[in-house]
Amino acid sequence: METAPPIPAIEAKAPLSPWQLFWRRLKQRRIAMAGGVILIVLYLVALVAGFVAPYRYDRIDNNSFFHPPVWPRLQGFRLVVPRSEPGNGVFAYREMSNDTRPLHFFVRGGQYKLFSLIPASIHLFGTGDDNYPVYLLGADQFGRDVFSRLLYGAQISLSIGVIGILLSFSIGMIIGGISGYFVGATDTVIMRLCELIMSIPALYLIISLRATFPPGMSSSQVYAMIIIILSFIGWASMARVIRGMTLSLREQQFVLAARALGQSHLKVIVRHILPNTFSYVIVAATLSVPYYILGEVVLSFLGVGIQEPSASWGNMLTAAQNTEYLRNYPWLLAPGAAIFITVLAFNFLGDGLRDAADTKSL
Amino acid sequence: MNLLEIKNLKLDFGSGAEALRAVDGVSFNIGVGETVCLVGESGCGKTVTALSIARLVPVPPANYVGGEILLNGRDVLKMAGSELRSIRGGVVSYVFQEPGAALNPVFRVGNQIKESLKLHKPDKATNEEVIRLLKLVGIPAPESRIRSYPFELSGGMQQRVMIAMALASEPKLLVADEPTTALDVTIQAQILELLHDLKQRLGMAILLITHNLGIVGDMADRVAVMYAGQIVELSPAKELLRHPLHPYTKALMNAVPKLAGDADRLSAIPGNVPRIGNFPPGCRFAPRCPIVKTECSDKIPELVEVEPGRFVRCPFWKTL
Repeated sequence: METAPPIPAIEAKAPLSPWQLFWRRLKQRRIAMAGGVILIVLYLVALVAGFVAPYRYDRIDNNSFFHPPVWPRLQGFRLVVPRSEPGNGVFAYREMSNDTRPLHFFVRGGQYKLFSLIPASIHLFGTGDDNYPVYLLGADQFGRDVFSRLLYGAQISLSIGVIGILLSFSIGMIIGGISGYFVGATDTVIMRLCELIMSIPALYLIISLRATFPPGMSSSQVYAMIIIILSFIGWASMARVIRGMTLSLREQQFVLAARALGQSHLKVIVRHILPNTFSYVIVAATLSVPYYILGEVVLSFLGVGIQEPSASWGNMLTAAQNTEYLRNYPWLLAPGAAIFITVLAFNFLGDGLRDAADTKSL
Repeated sequence: MNLLEIKNLKLDFGSGAEALRAVDGVSFNIGVGETVCLVGESGCGKTVTALSIARLVPVPPANYVGGEILLNGRDVLKMAGSELRSIRGGVVSYVFQEPGAALNPVFRVGNQIKESLKLHKPDKATNEEVIRLLKLVGIPAPESRIRSYPFELSGGMQQRVMIAMALASEPKLLVADEPTTALDVTIQAQILELLHDLKQRLGMAILLITHNLGIVGDMADRVAVMYAGQIVELSPAKELLRHPLHPYTKALMNAVPKLAGDADRLSAIPGNVPRIGNFPPGCRFAPRCPIVKTECSDKIPELVEVEPGRFVRCPFWKTL
């Protein structure tokens, strides 16, 4: 008689934590992962903008107004950069293909501060010779390297989104939590205030708020001001959603259990109710970052945001307002492409996060 | 002195003309280390009474109309917020019906127990203490379980975690609101045994809310039977089970399914618990009572001590 094969012992596996499950579901969403990778690269590059950028954001080259993009080309086994000479016509350039300099990596160039702290002068690439400039995305009307300005601008444009979200979502969550937890008169007052803020067209509100700040502020002051203005408008919608979620969460038994242990109201809100909204908040935050990036773009585009010579994606686009510029020097639109890619990446990632978190199962 | 004395507690939901009296003149005591069962059908005010002990019924919509709740001689209804928070968990702890809902789904169970410790025993808020508590409530491999999320545990394990949380602060009174209703029968027995065992070891009093009279016999020293917001019978457990005095208690006991005998149908109490705000005049059980008399509708009978330690709210208890 045949004996049955022994049954293999089933190994007990430790159950996956919610975050592990979440990560596993997210990994299956290719587009979201692509968006995430793009964003990680963008933020890393922005972090070390001074190193990656061949020039400083305010380096003016009087011989390079509206210089078209110059890409290194392969000559033999080396990458070389050609020299340009003024050509026929206004801002026309002629490449001297027989007069080149090799492109070097980790080359010494202009001074900058790594992470705004450590003085450094090594750049990722460059020719080390100002007569042979590398303008990957051309130069603007002052002869400044668009690529370098794009990277420096990324520091402002990308961080405004994250800091703005942190600020407005913290405010929105706490106020929404209080509103939904205490209900009654507190709730009514807070919600009417939210509706008031949301009912005013955002652009008018932004510009009139801008008018309350004095003119002639420094770049960092303007930066803080933009974040404050955008957060002031942004918290209301968050507060409304959190309030709705709190209304249902406050009826959960674990809230009663926490009260029965002697937790104060505020701690019940912050420690017990709000963490249960995180799966929604993370998704909403990811999808809202573009709003802040675009908000900065709008303000700077209208000339009330980041001031020259500091670079932000918004004020770089200001140069592209002119149709004649656009027709003749289309590389000035590069910041627009950067905004487009960033916003799209955030939306892809946000959609993937939402699917992975499945906030409906809250 | 009794650990807990509830005197003539009256609680309304809503206020003014629309006020609905959910608890109407409830009085009972719990001594140190005593187990009291609160028995009754759904909606008769058991849970509201129990939550009132730590003033946990939200105001509004609730409204404490009258009475006193003396915990260690201090009136809970007159306490300031900070004192109230210190007795919650500190003197009286709660275990709820649905362990899955009473644990916060987004935190590891170890952290939740630690939070209870931080509130009342901040110097003992360590992993070692959490593990000791989990061992105390009989959770196997507590070292790895502290890192579990509530959804990774079975219902029985979740309830053990809840009990560990409640015990963390070494309360004098544990209020268990139908702690086994959501669990299957074998787990039910384990949890009750655990509570009984812990009571002996820690010397705390238990207020056990249940609608299961089978539990009463195993656990209770005394039983309070509630009907429509009032206590209708209050009695030592053994005597009550052997010889119920109030027709409602009798009817409840008849409704317990029996294995022996030839009953084909489960016996039920005819009718429903009257809705709050829609109580009949006089005795509230009268419409469903098998021994109802015309004078029952005249006025609400008093809760009278008819034998030493036995109280009943029915003047005709002798005819039962």
